[in-house]
Amino acid sequence: MRPLVQTLRALLAHWRRHPVQLAAWVVGLMLATALWSGVQALNTQARESYDRAAGLFAGAAQPMLVAREGETLTDDVFATLRQAGWPVSPLLEGRVRVGEQALTLVGIDPVTLPAEAAAASAVDQTGFELAAFLTRPGLTLAGPDTLQQLGVEPGAELRLASGALLPPLAVASTVPPGTLLVDVGLAQQLLQRPSELSRLLVADDPRWQTQALPEDLAERLYWQHGQSEDDLTRLTDSFHLNLTALGLLAFVVGLFIVNGATGLAFEQRSSLLRTLRACGVSGRQVVLALLFEVLLLALVAGLLGLLLGYGLAALLLPDVAASLQGLYGARVAGALQLEPRWWLAGLGMSLCGALLAAVGSLWQAARLPVLGLARREAWRAHQQRGVMLLALLGGGLWLLALGLFMAGSGLVVAFAGLAALLLGAALCLPGLLSVAVGIGQRLARGPVAEWFWAEARQQVSALSLALMALLLALAANIGVGSMVDSFRLTFTGWLDQRLAAEVYMNAEDAEQAEQMVEWLVGQPEIEAILPTGHLISRYADEPLELNGIRVHDTYRDHWPVQQQLADGWDRVGTGQAAMISEQMARRFDLAPGDSLTLGLAATPWLLQVAGIYADYGNPRAQMVVDLDALMARAEGPLRQGFSLRLHPDAAPQLVERARRDLGLEGTAVIDQASVRNFSEQVFERTFVATGALNTLTLGVAGVALLTSLLTLTQSRLPQLAPLWAQGLSRRHLAWLEWLRTLCLAGFTILLAVPLGLLLAWCLVAIINVEAFGWRLPLYLFPEQWLRLIGLAALTTVLATAWPLWRLGRQSPATWSKVFAHEQ
Amino acid sequence: MLEIYQVSKSFPTPQGPLAVLQSISLNLAAGNTLALTGESGSGKSTLLHLVAGLDSVDAGTVRVGGETVTGRADADRARLRRTTIGLVFQQFNLLPSLTVGANLAFQARLCGRHEPAHLADLTRRLGLDGLLDRYPEQLSGGQQQRVAIGRTLAARPQLILADEPTGNLDEATGDAVLDLFLDEVRASGAALLMVTHSERLAARLGHQHHLSQGRLESRS
Ligand SMILES: Nc1ncnc2c1ncn2[C@@H]1O[C@H](COP(=O)(O)OP(=O)(O)OP(=O)(O)O)[C@@H](O)[C@H]1O
Ligand SMILES: [Mg+2]
Repeated sequence: MRPLVQTLRALLAHWRRHPVQLAAWVVGLMLATALWSGVQALNTQARESYDRAAGLFAGAAQPMLVAREGETLTDDVFATLRQAGWPVSPLLEGRVRVGEQALTLVGIDPVTLPAEAAAASAVDQTGFELAAFLTRPGLTLAGPDTLQQLGVEPGAELRLASGALLPPLAVASTVPPGTLLVDVGLAQQLLQRPSELSRLLVADDPRWQTQALPEDLAERLYWQHGQSEDDLTRLTDSFHLNLTALGLLAFVVGLFIVNGATGLAFEQRSSLLRTLRACGVSGRQVVLALLFEVLLLALVAGLLGLLLGYGLAALLLPDVAASLQGLYGARVAGALQLEPRWWLAGLGMSLCGALLAAVGSLWQAARLPVLGLARREAWRAHQQRGVMLLALLGGGLWLLALGLFMAGSGLVVAFAGLAALLLGAALCLPGLLSVAVGIGQRLARGPVAEWFWAEARQQVSALSLALMALLLALAANIGVGSMVDSFRLTFTGWLDQRLAAEVYMNAEDAEQAEQMVEWLVGQPEIEAILPTGHLISRYADEPLELNGIRVHDTYRDHWPVQQQLADGWDRVGTGQAAMISEQMARRFDLAPGDSLTLGLAATPWLLQVAGIYADYGNPRAQMVVDLDALMARAEGPLRQGFSLRLHPDAAPQLVERARRDLGLEGTAVIDQASVRNFSEQVFERTFVATGALNTLTLGVAGVALLTSLLTLTQSRLPQLAPLWAQGLSRRHLAWLEWLRTLCLAGFTILLAVPLGLLLAWCLVAIINVEAFGWRLPLYLFPEQWLRLIGLAALTTVLATAWPLWRLGRQSPATWSKVFAHEQ
Repeated sequence: MLEIYQVSKSFPTPQGPLAVLQSISLNLAAGNTLALTGESGSGKSTLLHLVAGLDSVDAGTVRVGGETVTGRADADRARLRRTTIGLVFQQFNLLPSLTVGANLAFQARLCGRHEPAHLADLTRRLGLDGLLDRYPEQLSGGQQQRVAIGRTLAARPQLILADEPTGNLDEATGDAVLDLFLDEVRASGAALLMVTHSERLAARLGHQHHLSQGRLESRS
């Protein structure tokens, strides 16, 4: 035990002498942990919110009975079924306003609630007071984030905009964000919908689902199986996978720093280690002490990184939440709430990362010969071999990437291919740099130039890790930047086509739709009314958006069709054909002319694919069919709407009048400009997190470069001092050192551009198709590359200037020590 | 060739300034050799560094070949080292990234006095013929020191400063290298100021000075 402690003390003393190196180590791991755990925090937060939404509420897996078109569901239906022994439970859902906030009010009956739904609400939790919930004044259950959002404490009584008072609030962490849960009877009062119900939940028991409904009710009700358990999860998975991939990239870049710092510390302490061994410390104890040291430092850096990651996640959460809501309609709580598991996982990741980065040094320490004084003779051959080996490994990874892209399918495989591609490129970097330096060496004239390039060849290996980090970070920036900008360009063009009508109206129900029609025919400025009907159905067990339209020239002229049969729209008009979205075509391998069968009602609906259109940003498959044909076949009511053609200048007044005359609000009536605005906003926010992570990764690469150079310059003196003695001034030498680093970094930056483009192509042509089901055209943005190259160059100049300025400023005494001390 | 006039130098230490050299004066004419002896820590290396302009004096002047070293900018002192002074240290201080051949030619090319014939001649006499394509770390200590000596002599400096050039070698090797070194210096006609611990080696040079308590005394 004592040798271990003494060894550890001797090892740790090193850091006191080299605080910059220690800082590099800690900062590297801290940044790596922060970026990784920040991303994980965002993902966990979002997933946890989905879990709460699944189960009881809208779009749940729970089988349920819903009223058919024109019917309403009432308490007596519930009573009838219940008396007949059906395991049904009533639920009423509506929107309420509290101050400025719009919330969902859900009324349930805890006594009859099926077990699966109860688990997802708070109702099965210990501490749930059934009596208090059921008896007046009752309880309002809400998630902690909802309370926070409203700025109230448990026990508070909320007043709705309608003037009604809610029962006292109680916290239930399983209630989804933005939702209030009360007793169903109370909900009917509060929503002023006496004895009305939205749906009847049925216990998930196959026995009852095959059972025929009582005669009279079968005409009024139909089964709805909702979305399958993990629809939301599946839809959002690709979004999270993208974030995770970026986080992992940042983590790897951070580990490059740790690896560099560990290697250097080992190098500098190798004589200390030998002395320790000579003093009687066993090899095992040395390795154990080193291991202990790594874990100790990793613990500190990991904790700091977790704090930083928490801050980062809190900063990015609003944007991520907004884009998830905009893209998928998923509600994510706006305040970070992390479980202990997150902290433990982050710390574990940090420890594993540190060990991974240190394993090479530990291995060397374990094999360190006690008497191996300055056994460096073979290092040159060794280094050449190493560069070759890395290049071979890199080439192998490229082959692997190629194989994965060609043979594999699925998003995870695509990402694995991308990772292999990037890592392969990074591993080839030292080899490519060696070749470039070799050319410089051949072209060099004069002793200083020759020395310059010869030295550069040596530094390739010393700096290669930092340069790899730079390469990866810059390539990722260029790749993702090109992808985002290509997307933006395509997306805005597509919006122009897709949003051809000037005003859009959406009806809540059939009654409102009738009102709208009445009102619309009285508006003289409207040139055309295009009725639409919307329905979410299923196709091949996946959710499918069905849009019913009446074919009109607006669609013929504007709809973003990519390919179609002759007279495609006329075929749609017959009710025998459909336009399908690109996502759907790719997912189910459908082409124009193919046919498909929809199982909407009892009778299957055979449709021909008349054409394929672009539907960017929509995670679901979508289809456009004839409205009347759809209405005739749909079981439930359609969500009806109207696209209105009129002179664009008249649109704002029409919207305003519609709001006033029909009492519409929100998106019930909206003009083209607002929809476009909203879509573009969702788009921008979606990429805020991506952009931030990217910039941070570039920053981490900068830190990697800085720390490698800081540690490198300390070991540069012995190489430089002889030149000084032979008559080159210190300033001159510092400039040469700087120039050389800039040359190496500059070459790396140039290599990053083609790599970034390759990455962009993979993202657009492979990852996007796998993740979202559509393919983008890739546009090139040279001015964006210039900006990023400039940024990377600036990062490099800043990261290199300081250590080398310090080198130039070191006192002559420090330099001349080289001549008297053992190297 | 070398004039040192009333040079003083002290180093700051935690216990206050340490006066290493106190008003040292010394002259060395072209073609002459001088051995500087003294206890460890007496300031021999310090004096050599001052002469080479690797460090600056607190007071006094140093002139080399008629040019003042003291009080000059770093770049000027560097030029002086490039053109006039040659340094050989106890540590061999070769450039690890260059081959032996490139190391040998380096300083001569730096000051524009590279003569391949002269260098080939030197190489042969120093016994480095078969080693030109190797790298420094592939040589023995004695071989490395011969390269360092060859590098300095190839540039034809007028003043050679050597700090225990054989201190790192065993006695037999050291003597052999020193013999070579002294022969070559005499042949080149340069002035030599050499620091050594050994009275025996010192006796082989033209003049002997001893440094003690910050003062210099002549022994020859
Ligand atoms: N940079 C410095 N800072 C403080 N003290 C120094 C510095 N360099 C040298 N000294 C001190 O100056 C004195 C002279 O050092 P110097 O290296 O000139 O001795 P030396 O005669 O060459 O010794 P040796 O024979 O052991 O090489 C020593 O006491 C040393 O501790
Ligand atoms: Mg000395």
